[in-house]
Parts: sequence; structure tokens; C-alpha cells
Amino acid sequence: MTGRWDRFGLAALAFALLALALPLAGGENPLAWTGRPAGLAVLLAVGGVGALVAWKGVPGTAAALAVLATVFLGALMAMKLMDGGVAGNASWGFWSYIFALWALTWRGIARIAAYRSMVNERQQMANFFVPAFFGLWLLFLWQMVCLGFGVPGVLLPPPSAIFIKLIGSLDILWEDFVQTFMKAVISGYVIGCGAGFVVAILVDRVPFLKRGLLPLGNMVSALPIVGVAPIMVMWFGFDWQSKAAVVVIMTFFPMLVNTVTGLSAAGALELDLMRSYGSGYWQSLFKLRLQAAMPFIFNALKINSTLALIGAIVAEFFGTPTVGMGFRISTEVGRMNVDMVWAEIFVAALAGSTFYGVTAMMERAVTFWHPSYRTKR
Amino acid sequence: MADAQERIASTAGLESSRRHVVDIEGLKLTFQTADGPVFALTDINLKVDEGDFVSFIGPSGCGKTTLLRVIADLEQPTEGSIMVNGVSPHEARMARSYGYIFQAPALYPWRTIERNVTLPLEVIGMAKAERLERARRYLKLVNLAGFEKKYPWQLSGGMQQRASIARALCVDPELLLMDEPFGALDEIVRDHLNEQLLQLWRQTEKTVVFVTHSIPEAVFLSTRIIVMSPRPGRIIDIIDCGFPPDRTLDIRETPEFQEVAHRVREGLRAGHGDDD
Repeated sequence: MTGRWDRFGLAALAFALLALALPLAGGENPLAWTGRPAGLAVLLAVGGVGALVAWKGVPGTAAALAVLATVFLGALMAMKLMDGGVAGNASWGFWSYIFALWALTWRGIARIAAYRSMVNERQQMANFFVPAFFGLWLLFLWQMVCLGFGVPGVLLPPPSAIFIKLIGSLDILWEDFVQTFMKAVISGYVIGCGAGFVVAILVDRVPFLKRGLLPLGNMVSALPIVGVAPIMVMWFGFDWQSKAAVVVIMTFFPMLVNTVTGLSAAGALELDLMRSYGSGYWQSLFKLRLQAAMPFIFNALKINSTLALIGAIVAEFFGTPTVGMGFRISTEVGRMNVDMVWAEIFVAALAGSTFYGVTAMMERAVTFWHPSYRTKR
Repeated sequence: MADAQERIASTAGLESSRRHVVDIEGLKLTFQTADGPVFALTDINLKVDEGDFVSFIGPSGCGKTTLLRVIADLEQPTEGSIMVNGVSPHEARMARSYGYIFQAPALYPWRTIERNVTLPLEVIGMAKAERLERARRYLKLVNLAGFEKKYPWQLSGGMQQRASIARALCVDPELLLMDEPFGALDEIVRDHLNEQLLQLWRQTEKTVVFVTHSIPEAVFLSTRIIVMSPRPGRIIDIIDCGFPPDRTLDIRETPEFQEVAHRVREGLRAGHGDDD
């Protein structure tokens, strides 16, 4: 690295200098920074760190953390400036400043992402830090773009507005969560996956079903959910049962198809071995074939964990009692309360990824022996 | 060909004093494929006596593995009669009269070594305490004591194959059927396991039917060598070799050993003669 200029560091330096020379907000004078001593100090700090990075690169983890700390301070300053009159008419100077921060963030994060430690805890901390800081940075950018350009809240509310709305309507969000996730998604998921599994065993046991049922199953799995949902509402009523029915339809076939495939995953030698013991169908099934099928079964469980939530939310667009995540999204969009829609989306994303994460953790525990998870102990 | 048949007949006649663990007469096996019938085995006559160590040797496609699978009731013959342990192969399989050792260890990766060894005992429905006791005993016999709680993928290939031998032994079968068990291992490990297998055979006094394509392995281990030839799969020579039971690998350097090996090689060459 020595002797070569760091290009991103140079970019940070150049943008910081530009920021210094250009107006912050619409009508302001160039060099308006001189009127804001705190702002000027932070800008000079960003510029100084930019110059150092341009000259030396980011030599180590400690340097990267120092760079990112500067970025953090700089970001706080930007938010303060936003409140101090920049909001809605940010100008070239302000955007150059944000760009300088971006270049420094890039450099700092890249260094930490390359961090390798033999100590497990340290490595895990680094592994957590990179996406966490990157996520915060994206939120910051979102906030800056929304406020700086004065984007109307109906089009895209800033994260701060969504957060305030989220905190303020926890009770409604909780009720919606219970209605959609705890009732419709969970019960639909359990019934759908369970039925898919049981039918897969049946299909395996009764050969003609494999030829007769599976092709039909593929056809049914192609049914559009928007077509099925209103019919389920007619059959099972407005409450969560009809949404659970949609989830059952959506999750049944991935489970069926994956389990059937998984049941033929056991190798010829392993099957011959069971045969040589004079083992019957059920013993071979439980001691060998289901075990070998586990990676496939968990694949279906993971696919279904996200499908189930989508299914339940979309199904609520076609008629619900006045509660539920899908219901809330469709009505609040109509009432232009887009921040509430985003709050629901956030809850849905959180619930969906937690559901997926728990399933993936169970998978690791059950299929620890699979080559992709093995550890030499 | 006629000469070989005669010799087979005479060998069968000589050794009828001991009990036949495997008794095959006029066995044929034909696979029906899209390209017409494939004659995997024709005119197989073979008797394996109690305590024998019999090797099938021959080039690939000669039906040696198929013949072993017929004995194990994993393939059905088209014609002829076969008795294993005095009953049909199916009854022998259901009575767990044999242990089958495959080319690969075929250990289940989700089970520890101990639970892999107890798998056949679980299928039989043996009580847990006795299962564990047997697993310990047979793992010790194959020098794997202390590895009970390891998973197969944490062990070397040679250790895995030894675990699979312990698994085959733990039901205490009359007969061990081994299908190129050391084929995938390197020379040094293989030599080592050959010595251990010989020792095991002496200790347990099991009858062993062993498939291989290695001449030194067959000559070193066997009391009798069955030389087979492909298209159609058939027996072309049966060679007795009675080296002392406490032999070591050094015996491979002796003229007697070389002589038997030479005869096996000649037999294999004769079987190959027609097609290249």
C-alpha cells in the first residue's frame, strides 16, 4: 500500500474540500461553514482523516475503527445541520460532505470486512459489526436523501418518521402481528408442512400415487394466490382461518415435492445395508431414509417460512376483520399514512427473518452431519 | 474350459466332510436390458465350507460382486439352486446369518461410530445395554476402542472401513461377505488391514467370502481362490492355497507364494484371451 495514493481516500479528501467551498443550503453564501464553528470543526476533522487515509490507506483494524468513529461524528453533525435549516434545500456543499463520509465509510468497512482472527468471539464481533454498521449507514443515507431533497412523506417517509410511528403504535402493530403471524401464519404453516410431509410418505408407500398425484400437485402449486384467496374467504369466513387456508395451500406443495425428492436421497449402498439386516419399510424409513431426507425437508421448511408470511398478508387484502398486517397495509395506504405502512413492513420483515433464522438454526442442529455444516472435532 | 469344470467337480467332491455354508449348483443370472440380455453369471457351481476364506477374483464385469450379492439375497438368480447356511438366501438374510461389508464403509454420517455399529442390533430389537456392550467388544476387536463417540467423517478411510467390519461382526453372523472392502484405500493401509483381517478371521473362525481384484491380496488371505472371467460371467479355475495360519506379509516374497500368484495370473489371462 505504501507509495500509492488511496483513491477512495483521495475522493474523501476532494469531496470534503469541495464541501468547504460550496454553499450548504439553497441560497447560502459559499464558505457558509465559517458561520457554523462546530460544523467547520467536524468538516476539518473529516477532511483531515480523508487526507490521512489518502496518504497512508487504512493500515489496520484500529485505524479503520478511528475512521468509522469520525464518520459517525460526521453523520451526527449532518443530522444537526439538517435540523438547522438545510432540510428541503440542501445544496452542493452538503452533498459533497455526505459523499466524503461515504468514501471514508467504504474504506473503513472494507478493512473490517477483511479482518480475520483465530479468536472466535472477535471474529464473530467483526462479522456482526460489518452488516450492522453498513445497515445504519444505509438508514442514514435514506434519512439524508428524504430530508435533504424534501421528499414528500407520501412517497417515501424518512426512517425517523417510521421509527416514531412504530414506537407510537406498538399496540396496534402487536394486535396485527398476533392476528396475522401467530394465528394465520403459524397454524397454516404447521398444517401445510405437516400435511405435505404425511402425503409425501403416502406417495412413497403407494407407488401409483407418485405417478398420479405428483403431476396434479405441480399443477395446483401453480395456482395464483390472488385467485385462491377470495375463494378461501368465501369458504372459511373473514377471520384468520381463511388466511391459514391460503398458507396451507402455499406451503403444502414445496413440502410434498421436497420430501418426496429427499426420500430418494439415500444411497444404494446404505439401502442395501438396511436390506441385508432384513429391515422392514418403516425401520428403513426412520433409521435411514428420513435422516437422509432432512436437508431437503429443511429446505422446504425454509422456503415455506417466507412463503407463509407473504401468503397470509396478501390474503388479507381480500377481506378481513379490522385487524391484521395485510388489512392495515391496504387501509393505511388508502389513507396516505405511508409511515404506518412502512412500520408494518418493518414488523413483517423482522418476523419473517426471525422465523427463517430459527428454522435455519434448527436445520444446523438436525443436519450437523451434512458436509456443508461439518466441523472436525 | 472342460478341464476347469472337472477340477471344480473334483474339489467339490473332496471336501464334503465339512458343512457347506454356501452351496451353489448350476446357478445362472441374466439381466434383461434394453440392449438384450446380459449374462452376468452362467453355470456357477460352488461350495464354501465352514471356516473357509474364499476369494473371488477376476476382471471387472466377471460377475464376482453379483455372485456375492446373490449369496446375500440382494440379487435373485434366474436359474439354479443356492443354499446359504442350509437354507435359502432369503431365509438366511432374515435370520441375519451373514454380515455384508461393502466397497465403501457406508456408515451413516448422523450416527456416532458406536451407534453405527449398533444399527443392525437396533433393527433386530436387542436391548440397549447389550447393544452397547457388543459395540464396545467389536470396536475393540477392530482396534477402534476410544472412538465410540466420534462421527464417521471425523475418522480416516481405513478406520471407517474397520468400523464397518465391526458393524458386520456385531450380529455374530456365520458368514462374512466382503465386497472389495479395501479397494478404495491406499497400499499401506490396505496391507495393514489385510494382516488385521487375517488375524480376525483366525480369532473368530468365521467363514469369509471375499471379492477382490488384487492378486496378492487374494493369495495372502485365502484358503481357496475362485478365478472368474467375464462375458459370460463364469468360474474358470479354483485354486487351493494353504499357507500357515500365522503367516505375515513377508510370505509374499517366498517362491510358494509367487507360484500361486502366478497360477492366478495365468488363469486371469486365459479368461481374457478371447477378446483382446
